[in-house]
Amino acid sequence: MRFTVLYLARLREALGRGSEQVELPADSSVATLLDALRARGGSWAAELAAGRAVRVAVNQEMTDPAATLRDGDEVALFPPVTGG
Amino acid sequence: MPVRVQTEDFDAGREIAALRAGDARVGAVASFIGIVRDVNDGDRVSDLFLEHYPGMTERELEKICAEARTRWDVYETLVVHRVGAMRPTDQIVLVAVTGTHRGEAFAACEFIMDYLKTRAPFWKREDTPQGSRWVEARTTDDEAAARWVDPQEPPSR
Repeated sequence: MRFTVLYLARLREALGRGSEQVELPADSSVATLLDALRARGGSWAAELAAGRAVRVAVNQEMTDPAATLRDGDEVALFPPVTGG
Repeated sequence: MPVRVQTEDFDAGREIAALRAGDARVGAVASFIGIVRDVNDGDRVSDLFLEHYPGMTERELEKICAEARTRWDVYETLVVHRVGAMRPTDQIVLVAVTGTHRGEAFAACEFIMDYLKTRAPFWKREDTPQGSRWVEARTTDDEAAARWVDPQEPPSR
């Protein structure tokens, strides 16, 4: 399955891209996606390391690593929010 | 239940007048305005840039306002949040709530602001003499938001 991943704010700058299409086996979870991204090494491994605070939204709803992804989803990865 | 994200500045007086226009039930309006400070974490701030996640931002703000309206006996809620380039003394955000009495209006206004700070996808980047940096989230904001969670009902994640 294929879906869009968005990188926002500090993550976009640290990872050097704002969005991309990612392909993973059917029924992959958010955790599977994060593992696949970390496996790229370098800033991917550092920014998405287990201890780093990374928030995940799927189709613009906050979710957690156990959530299952579907073909065509919009996944967004971003740091804790700092508005207001 | 208006929610707006915009680059332009806002006129709080005009916004509040519109929010309560013609509504004779209203006996109280509580409002909050957030402003860009010139110092953060000990460093001078010359410029601020606010980024957001279009679409999700509006949905989160609407959810927060809807929850405030179910928790407290209030009539109308308003959130206007700016994005883009700002400077110290500029207005960032306006929250306003109308109700019959002040207690409910104050509480709903503070709740909306506390939840906005921890849930709405906005990010600040500030320019200081040391360079440009993304503002780190504060644990005090998480604590402020956690105050509103009923201890009998732990938040599901």
